Amino acid sequence: MEQQKPVSQAPAAVVPATPDPREAEFEARIARGEKIEPKDWMPERYRRQLVRMMAQHAHSEVVGMLPEGNWITRAPSLRRKMGLLAKVQDEGGHGLYLYCAAETLGVDRADLVDELLEGKAKYSSIFNYPTLTWADIGVIGWIVDGAAIVNQTMLAKGSYGPYARAMVRVCKEESFHKKQGYEMVTALAQGTPEQKQMVQDALNRWWWPSLMMFGPHDQQSSNSDELMRWRVKLQSNDTLRQRFVNQTVNQARAIGLTLPDPDLCFNEETGNWEFGAIDWAEFKRVLNGQGPCNRDRLRARRKAHEEGRWVREAALAYAEKHQVN
Amino acid sequence: MEATADRWPVWEVFVQEKSGAPHEHAGSVHAPDATLALQNARDTYARRSGCSLWVVPSEAITASTPEDSPMLFDSIADKVYRHPQFYKIPRSVRL
Repeated sequence: MEQQKPVSQAPAAVVPATPDPREAEFEARIARGEKIEPKDWMPERYRRQLVRMMAQHAHSEVVGMLPEGNWITRAPSLRRKMGLLAKVQDEGGHGLYLYCAAETLGVDRADLVDELLEGKAKYSSIFNYPTLTWADIGVIGWIVDGAAIVNQTMLAKGSYGPYARAMVRVCKEESFHKKQGYEMVTALAQGTPEQKQMVQDALNRWWWPSLMMFGPHDQQSSNSDELMRWRVKLQSNDTLRQRFVNQTVNQARAIGLTLPDPDLCFNEETGNWEFGAIDWAEFKRVLNGQGPCNRDRLRARRKAHEEGRWVREAALAYAEKHQVN
Repeated sequence: MEATADRWPVWEVFVQEKSGAPHEHAGSVHAPDATLALQNARDTYARRSGCSLWVVPSEAITASTPEDSPMLFDSIADKVYRHPQFYKIPRSVRL
């Protein structure tokens, strides 16, 4: 069962002089396209990389609730409010699928959450940008979730069973997120000049951070080779980013919006939309805590955690009381 | 491990998607008791579909290990006679 800790752990302190023979068999299983399950033997580094990825992914879902949650009380209609509430609840659910998947590798969710609250854990840089207007909510659903879908569709085919299964579940739900966002963006783009300007402004602000969601260029991505060899990732950051740009260009054009990149041009030969240079200095700044909202996000998470404490304590006290009787 | 307010026990969740379908493992939740485990399972794994839920304390499950696999499963390949294709009957007859 997934929850139980792996029976065989890789040797901890002593690194063997000869490579572990189990490693070759592990690599062969990956090459055959088999899924790795929690109790199967795996290299310690595979386990660590997966815990790191799943924890960061879980944190991103949970922190990702904040920029959008910000607008629930100000949604312009009941229809929009129901949609947004459901979407934000989904993001919380996605966080839980991912913490659950991480726990199959013997870590405890509470420890991962502590790392987030203490500011030691990373999460997607995109959620450190502010949601300034209602149009931001539409644009996030359309392109931030759109970018996430491109990445997660790939992760759903990855080699670690519990992670891949969580991604299948997530992808099924994300398509609603993207569609409700695009509907919202379309309504604004076809609305008054002020509404159109508002949604164009939101797109201008979210476009580049969305491209950064795929991570550094392949040559600069330190983890990529290993993760691809182990089929945790099946495609590179740049490949996924290009796929996202190609699909988004036409979606923007169809509703009369412009992507804020003067260098964007179609390459007939490759069939790709080539785009301008990404500001990696900004990416690093935001990832390292210097984005516009990093401190707000952590403060909000800590506040929610603290203010929910009495509920957790009461539920546990109730459970213990009824167990005794 | 003893439960604390921040570390509730783990429950495995099985969801029946629709009437007549089997209950399938969906994932896990943390909860202090069975009632809240069901509630959390509903909020986490049955937001859009589902008609029945099981929650089981993870500790209560005994699972086979990869080391058990040869003993449990290797003989499967030798048991072709358990499949209908193994048996020959006259072509003209429909069974």
